[in-house]
Amino acid sequence: MPKPASSKLSEVLLRYESDILATWMQLQLSAVKHRGDLIKNSDLREQSARFLELVREGVQTGDPNVQSGAAWAATREMLESLSRSRAKLGFTPAETASFVYSLKAAIFERLREEMGSNPQALVTEIITASELLDVLGLLTMEMYQKGREGVIARQQQELMELSTPVVMLWDGVLALPLIGTLDSGRTQVVMENLLQRIVETGASIAILDITGVPTVDTLVAQHLLKAVSAARLMGADCIISGIRPQIAQTIVHLGVDLGNVTTKATLAEAFRVALNRTSRRIVDADFQASTTGA
Amino acid sequence: MERIPILKMGDCLLVTVQVDMHDQMALTLQDDLTTRISQTKAKAVLIDISALEIVDSFIGRMLGNIAGMARILDAQTVLVGMRPAVAITLVELGMSLPGVRTALNVERGMDLIRMSPANRSRHDRESR
Repeated sequence: MPKPASSKLSEVLLRYESDILATWMQLQLSAVKHRGDLIKNSDLREQSARFLELVREGVQTGDPNVQSGAAWAATREMLESLSRSRAKLGFTPAETASFVYSLKAAIFERLREEMGSNPQALVTEIITASELLDVLGLLTMEMYQKGREGVIARQQQELMELSTPVVMLWDGVLALPLIGTLDSGRTQVVMENLLQRIVETGASIAILDITGVPTVDTLVAQHLLKAVSAARLMGADCIISGIRPQIAQTIVHLGVDLGNVTTKATLAEAFRVALNRTSRRIVDADFQASTTGA
Repeated sequence: MERIPILKMGDCLLVTVQVDMHDQMALTLQDDLTTRISQTKAKAVLIDISALEIVDSFIGRMLGNIAGMARILDAQTVLVGMRPAVAITLVELGMSLPGVRTALNVERGMDLIRMSPANRSRHDRESR
């Protein structure tokens, strides 16, 4: 059964589409939240026109199911791409949602001009339109959130790849400067990278530097020991360096047993040990010159 | 039945695992190796597992056991050529094979055997 109210709304939308669009654009451009620095006016106009057209088509079908109805599929799709692109451009959630909500005023104004003589019908009409746009606005927020989560997930992935480099300090000596919290996912990546590099370079000593690890709890310590064991199985010794005083305290307080892993306070100290173990040593250039020259 | 060959090089027994080990094979290897150690009075065993792609807890335990048995028979064991994936699997299984010496490849493993205290002291005695 077609509701007379929605048919009136669709009639207004159909007849005054260009007027509503003009009012809406004006509202959007004059709004405090308008971000002229992030989006071009021509793009905004294009998006607005497309959205209004889709809303009109949706209203015309009379399908009340905005969330999942087939009649609104195109609208939802459009909102999804719009929210995603705005999330990437740096719009705040409020700014993104105001795109849909500012349409309300434009439509209400047109409805008032059209039905001002009949307040009761006008109120009914406004409620219908309001409900519709509220749902669409919420949908936008949801999509925006999803877009943001996508951004976060991607950044996490990048961070993971960026923060686990394996560097070669010397022939046969690898260093792994670990930055950030070690969780099981990262440990896996770190371990794989480390073992792969051990195979490639034939390194016999790996230095795990935890200067950049903010906290070491039992779980992190366990993950570190896992990496050490795996490296040992590949025939490489591990040295853990960069243990700050607070971390040393925490490790002892927690009762974590670092086993027979060599630990050093600084990377330099660990490097010296590594050179020693590979039968090399660093000598002062002046000292050497004076002994050989004499 | 498939067997893993055991080669003798001086004081050292060389075991190269060229196929994926199944349980029976590992048990046979354990038998063969202990017999050979006592026969040849070998001082070192070098196990190359560079071709081993899949390990489970059983194979992991067998590797540890073989090393333990060799030690009792007065031969040191060096495990060489473990693949990264295998190392990660063993660690995840909680088997870090304590007491087994490891090296990256056969060459490093031989160095390790040559450099070991037992061998060096004997070498010193012989050279004196």
